[in-house]
Amino acid sequence: MSRHTLSVLVENKPGVLARVSALFSRRGFNIDSLAVGPTENEDLSRMTIVVDVASQPLEQVTKQLNKLINVIKIVELDDDAAVQRELLLVKVAAPVADRAVVLQTAQLFRARVVDVNSDSVTIEATGTPAKLDALLEVLTPLGIKEMAQSGVVAMARGPRSIAGAGPLRAVDRAS
Amino acid sequence: MSTDPIDDTSCTGAQSIVRSLEAVGADVVFGIPGGAILPLYDPLFDSTAVRHVLVRHEQGAGHAAEGYAQATGKVGVCMATSGPGATNLVTAIADAHMDSVPIVAITGQVPSASIGSDAFQEADICGITMPITKHNFLVTNADDIPSTIAAAFHLAATGRPGPVLVDVPKDILQARTTFNWPTRVDLPGYRPNLRPHSKQVREAATVISQAKRPVLYVGGGVLKAHATEELAKLAELTGAPVVTTLMARGAFPDSHPQNLKMPGMHGNVAAVTALQRSDLLICLGARFDDRVTGKLSTFAPGAKVIHADIDPAEISKNRVADVPIVGDCKETISALYDAMTAEHAAGRKVDLTGWWRQLDSYRETYPLGYEWHDGQLAPQYVIERLGVIAGPDALYVAGVGQHQMWAAQFISYEKPYTWLNSGGLGTMGYAVPAAMGAKVGRPEATVWAIDGDGCFQMTNQELATCAIEGIPIKVAIINNGNLGMVRQWQTLFYDGRYSNTGLGTLQTEQTRRIPDFVLLAEALGCVGLRCETKADVDMTIEKAMAVNDAPVVVDFCVGQDAQVWPMVPAGTSNDEILAARDVRPVFDESQV
Repeated sequence: MSRHTLSVLVENKPGVLARVSALFSRRGFNIDSLAVGPTENEDLSRMTIVVDVASQPLEQVTKQLNKLINVIKIVELDDDAAVQRELLLVKVAAPVADRAVVLQTAQLFRARVVDVNSDSVTIEATGTPAKLDALLEVLTPLGIKEMAQSGVVAMARGPRSIAGAGPLRAVDRAS
Repeated sequence: MSTDPIDDTSCTGAQSIVRSLEAVGADVVFGIPGGAILPLYDPLFDSTAVRHVLVRHEQGAGHAAEGYAQATGKVGVCMATSGPGATNLVTAIADAHMDSVPIVAITGQVPSASIGSDAFQEADICGITMPITKHNFLVTNADDIPSTIAAAFHLAATGRPGPVLVDVPKDILQARTTFNWPTRVDLPGYRPNLRPHSKQVREAATVISQAKRPVLYVGGGVLKAHATEELAKLAELTGAPVVTTLMARGAFPDSHPQNLKMPGMHGNVAAVTALQRSDLLICLGARFDDRVTGKLSTFAPGAKVIHADIDPAEISKNRVADVPIVGDCKETISALYDAMTAEHAAGRKVDLTGWWRQLDSYRETYPLGYEWHDGQLAPQYVIERLGVIAGPDALYVAGVGQHQMWAAQFISYEKPYTWLNSGGLGTMGYAVPAAMGAKVGRPEATVWAIDGDGCFQMTNQELATCAIEGIPIKVAIINNGNLGMVRQWQTLFYDGRYSNTGLGTLQTEQTRRIPDFVLLAEALGCVGLRCETKADVDMTIEKAMAVNDAPVVVDFCVGQDAQVWPMVPAGTSNDEILAARDVRPVFDESQV
């Protein structure tokens, strides 16, 4: 098993997320994370899906996704050639005695404090999944009260865009 | 809407649907009205171009649409109201999905404002059918109706065909709108790849021209692509044996000497063994279904695979393809023919005489056969005679179970689209309504439903539809008083413990027939006949053939101990095939 990041352009229509997630569940594919949001084209949404499968089933995943009528294009993003980011909000117990450590940690990870009160501090951090894991590892002993984390959003490095220059085309459907 | 002037585009949503159906060329709709879809039935009443056949159960509407589609190659249409009407279509939609049958289902939905409120007769039919449709639509604006209907028919019929559902809330049916038939279908994410890659085709031709033991493994995709003529040319050019799967019976004439007929769990020994011993499978529009492959890891162990299919997701799904070809079967087979002609012209051709000697010995040693059980009528004999008397121009529509397998084995299919059945989903109850749909689509043809006593009791209410609507189908009930295939498994794998398989449809010294199918047929407005002896079989079939003004039901009372052979027990290797009970073929390996 290995992690693969798929960037999927879909039509911005109701029910598309349900179609994609239902496909994964009925075909027995595991989703590690899924993030969906608007794109530069208002008719399209972009999903970033991280799946945990071997390469042979991955081919099935992309072929089955391609069969969904609302799916326009699928690109697998190579870890080395793509920018991958998650967003983390974490509320850490920070009584006055510990507050300096919490703030220092946030600074080290280039995270921002977005809410403070007498008992806790809420930190906002973005980064690769590995960086956020590292931040959480440091914060855990201090006492995490709650956290919320987004799925990965990702984009290939370099000048090319997923939609390409010409009209929208589905990825090569040949195997 | 025929009364409206052509330039009058103002109409209701319901009228827009009727006009759309007329514009797309749908001539028949099978359905039942109900509350939510009632606005649509009003303008439908006036349409002279669209005939509505009022069925007795929505499942019947769905299977009728399938039968119509499979017999004609056109898109079948069914219609139902919201909630239970729509959910009753589900089995037929799933069936169409598994067998790639092009149908469009139009369902009424509760008014938009009530959706999600658990309103009366509300069911989320788009959610329910998401995994069993090629695509579905919930119409949220009456102006979208023409483009949605156009897209639904386009999706159902093109690429890998399949069912498409269009759900229309009642207020959308009642809304004022304008009818504008779209000039093109706007589906940016849908571009089926029809033309095979020429490099892949050349690669395939190279591989074929080197194979010593090739087999053309032909599936239903060849029929869907209307590629049977191309197939015959390719088969004769290569000289390779042809096996036709359950979904492809009729795609290649059974009388052709290269046809080894059906492979799979109940395929014949020659077809199954040809695949097992092959060094090259040329798979055309088939999908390596478990009923064909048996235990996958031991299927055709020495074979390379050329896999041609219009659906890229089928390629390398179950068996890795050495030469994948994505494309329409008609174009692919034509291209393969041209490429093979070039190979032969270059002097590259393998002599298949040795392979054929081997295959002929399988055929001669292990032909299909059956036994007579002490004085009881053999079901295989009934089906065999039916095929001979009704002939190759008749359509044969089977239910699911023993009678289906015997109908696939013992009738000689010479022409495409003469064999209809539920292959992938295995839907008992398919036969009667599908035969009805086939007869509506092909009124000039004789249509025989070959059904079991179990299957028949699931959907026979559609005989009332047939009688009233003037759809004179013929039904042969192969009545062994049992859920026969299940009983066969109980005999073989459950020590003969017949748990809940007896149906009581045969007369015994202690019991009468419940139901009496002859009386039931008459109650449903059909002619009812019964046949209990071998001597009466031909005469009864001829009597049924002579009736053309009403549906006919023949109750063939057969022995309950007849079994379907050959058989590859589920989950085992095709090498374990049994030609008959306890009879394992012995092959002379020196020939290989």
